[in-house]
Amino acid sequence: MRILLPIVLALSPAIALAQSTAPAALADTQLADPTQEAAAKALMETLRCVVCQGQSIADSDATMAGDMRALVRQRIQAGESPIAIRDWLIGRYGDYISYDPPLSAATSLLWATPVLLLGLGVWIARASFRRRR
Amino acid sequence: MWLAAALAALQLLMAALGLKGNGEVMAAVRPVAVVQGVLAIVAMGVLIAVFWRSDMSVALVAANSHSAKPWLYKVAGAWGNHEGSMLLWVTILGLAGGAVALLERRLPERTLIATLGAQAAIALGFYAFLLFASNPFARLEPAPADGMGLNPLLQDPGLAFHPPTLYAGYVGLSVAFSFAVGALVTRDVGREFARAMRPWVLGAWIFLTLGITAGSYWAYYELGWGGWWFWDPVENASLMPWLAATALLHSVTVLATRDGLRAWTVMLAVVAFSMSMLGTFLVRSGILTSVHAFAVDPRRGAFILALLVIYIGGALVLFAARVGTVRQGTMFDPVSREGGLVANNLLLSVILGIVLIGTLYPIVAAGFGVQLSVGPPFFNKAAGPIALLLVAIMAVGPLLRWRRDEAQAVIARATWPIAATAFAFAGLIVFAMPIGVLPLLGLSAATGLAVASVAPLWKRDLRRTPLFTWGMVIAHLGIAVSLAGMACDAAFTAERLIALRPGDATRIGPYRVTLDGISPVVADNWSALQAQLTVTRDGGSRRLYPQSRTFTDPPTTTSESAIATVLDGQLYTVLGVADGRGRWQLRLWWKPFVTLIWFGGVLVALGGALSLLGRVRPRRRSRPEPAWL
Amino acid sequence: MTRRVLWLPLVGFALLFAVVASGLMRPADRTVRSALIGKPLPAFSLPPLIPGKPGLSSAAMAGQGPRLLNVFASWCVPCVAEAPQLMRLKAAGVPIDAIAIRDTTPAIRRFLARVGDPYARIGDDRVSAVQLSLGSSGVPETFLIDGKGIVVRQYVGDIRPEQVDEILADFRKLR
Repeated sequence: MRILLPIVLALSPAIALAQSTAPAALADTQLADPTQEAAAKALMETLRCVVCQGQSIADSDATMAGDMRALVRQRIQAGESPIAIRDWLIGRYGDYISYDPPLSAATSLLWATPVLLLGLGVWIARASFRRRR
Repeated sequence: MWLAAALAALQLLMAALGLKGNGEVMAAVRPVAVVQGVLAIVAMGVLIAVFWRSDMSVALVAANSHSAKPWLYKVAGAWGNHEGSMLLWVTILGLAGGAVALLERRLPERTLIATLGAQAAIALGFYAFLLFASNPFARLEPAPADGMGLNPLLQDPGLAFHPPTLYAGYVGLSVAFSFAVGALVTRDVGREFARAMRPWVLGAWIFLTLGITAGSYWAYYELGWGGWWFWDPVENASLMPWLAATALLHSVTVLATRDGLRAWTVMLAVVAFSMSMLGTFLVRSGILTSVHAFAVDPRRGAFILALLVIYIGGALVLFAARVGTVRQGTMFDPVSREGGLVANNLLLSVILGIVLIGTLYPIVAAGFGVQLSVGPPFFNKAAGPIALLLVAIMAVGPLLRWRRDEAQAVIARATWPIAATAFAFAGLIVFAMPIGVLPLLGLSAATGLAVASVAPLWKRDLRRTPLFTWGMVIAHLGIAVSLAGMACDAAFTAERLIALRPGDATRIGPYRVTLDGISPVVADNWSALQAQLTVTRDGGSRRLYPQSRTFTDPPTTTSESAIATVLDGQLYTVLGVADGRGRWQLRLWWKPFVTLIWFGGVLVALGGALSLLGRVRPRRRSRPEPAWL
Repeated sequence: MTRRVLWLPLVGFALLFAVVASGLMRPADRTVRSALIGKPLPAFSLPPLIPGKPGLSSAAMAGQGPRLLNVFASWCVPCVAEAPQLMRLKAAGVPIDAIAIRDTTPAIRRFLARVGDPYARIGDDRVSAVQLSLGSSGVPETFLIDGKGIVVRQYVGDIRPEQVDEILADFRKLR
């Protein structure tokens, strides 16, 4: 707290100024087509805001998150698929940008977790059951 | 002020030493534990008084309070920061220790003393932490004219309620942990042990449930984007002890009724407390990025981690060395109530493992130079299916008989819940598509679970049904209600993002929302722009006032959502920024039945409370009996 | 259940400890780096922001030798702090192009009048679109681009006085 406060104080004029420029057109405007909007919304919820402390761009007040929402909506509107947009962003920012870790050597253990744990659990629980007569 | 904490630490040392001796020293442990509890409360009381008077010569007050703050936040500010919250933790710990010493009569004396000793050891560590690394009463010379203020996000009635409840839960688990350690020391793991431990687990679990429910609702209305759970590390930190405690609650029942799952129950008690310590560590150390991280300091994290290693490492060594000598418990039949409870424990533990590994995975990856994020999509995909499986077990479990049951008979008993699930599933597909797969399954499962949870009351004399059965029924029903709320929110929420000029109107769900105007509002420590919205539905209308607040101490902007709660849902409104051409950004959500999420949480806690009452009352009656148990 | 299984929880806990302790020892690097290092600059074309100074496009940057690309804004406080360093780099012969993030003409004018103008060209990025395509996560950030239009390095945050020599060395290596 005490360390952070001066930083907040120093940044506050910047925050105030940043708000004076109007947000990007599609940052907080929905797409006319409800299917497209739903696809955009679903994608936004899986993208991590790069300037915030662990929020998705779908629920962040940061202006940069707004710009990212605008980018997602524009590309969806142009007919791009959510997966392509996500891959494009991963190409720019690395896996960090996606809350949905893409399957790779580094994340294989993570995605195997449920199965491994379930197997381990069944193996342990087996010990407490007696066979049916 | 200093004295209280120091004296308490000293007395704890005595209690810890007392365990080694016997006879007179053992007899002295109980009163010492009580006195220590009282002293801790005094210390907390003093801290609250200092905050109340805004005594700026105390460093903590100066850093976290401001004289212009409303009184509620002055008091709550006492635990809205690192030092104060640790003191609160210790206070509750002392209180719980004192309560165990005063109330516990079922446990064999030796196990009880070992339990109190373990409890004292935990408290001692935290006292050391408080005194050496985070003294809440440290002075500031000279005293500043006024304080820095409290983080605006925390200036909310939620702060008065959420942390103390959650901490009570965390600390309640420390009692379970102490019981487990005590039992390991005396090798006395059995039915009496389980019955003695159960009320404490239940109590801790009630507080955890309430704390998480309150925290979720608080985040929901405070963060201003309509989300109620973000799978954020700090949220996971509070969820993990709950999962462990829920598993423990069920395994302790098996131990108490059928004398099985001995080693497992002890293990879970240790795991549950390590999860609450780990939670504290994750929140305080700031090693993970979180929306809710407010008081972060790696040095203190190291201290908590050291405590974690001493207690949990010690307990696990004791476990590995001793559990082998504890007699093997009863074996079970797979199709039986015990079998169901084992499955429950298994699935809860798997979910716990997923949450734990998912939360910590980014750290592991960073160790190998990979930067990645694990968020809601992973947790939903990985834990969602297992949670649905758990719901199925939960529905069937209470319909199973103890010891042994027949598969056909169970299916016959579960006819109605299965029918209800199928009916809901078909109905949703016909009338409500398209909705996501998880919401669809969730809503169907919730329907089935709701029917199944009241099924144990079927054909029973309701007046003669024991209270703890009612407790179980209501808690399970609460889960169904909460699940239904989550699924409804995911499936049916309507969103409207729009920029309006004063006088303009828009439609959202069943409502028509008119922006009447924007006006400035000034309060003691903030000023705000406030929108007046008139919301009309079926002829009835009401006004909502969402605000964009700017706090002066410290300077920060927050949006204060305004929510209209009605029977079938909530209208959630947030005021955004102006576009410079006379229009104001509004974010509106219509969330049908979203309130069920928290209502369900409260029901679960209520079920727990009834169950606790049901377990404690017959015990009171049997108290005069000699302690042959 | 064999004896050895009973030590499993302890092993699990030791692993957990190793993970969190390592997390504590090496405070996580919170800077999000661009994944474009070693890859060609994405194609973009930004209009000018102030009269008399050209806008910026990837096509115009190609084939002009190595240069710095500075992502900045007039409303950003650290950008003021790094301005003297950029002026020194310019004086040392490093061409600097810039992308101004969500900015306005009068604000940029005031900013340049106050802190100096090291820029050869300034592109106007109203909605951070080009910033996002660069994988930049904030202002200020500076990219080093080689003569073939490949992104060689990224300097996150304001350039400190002690970094100037390092950047100059990086730049000269590319010639």
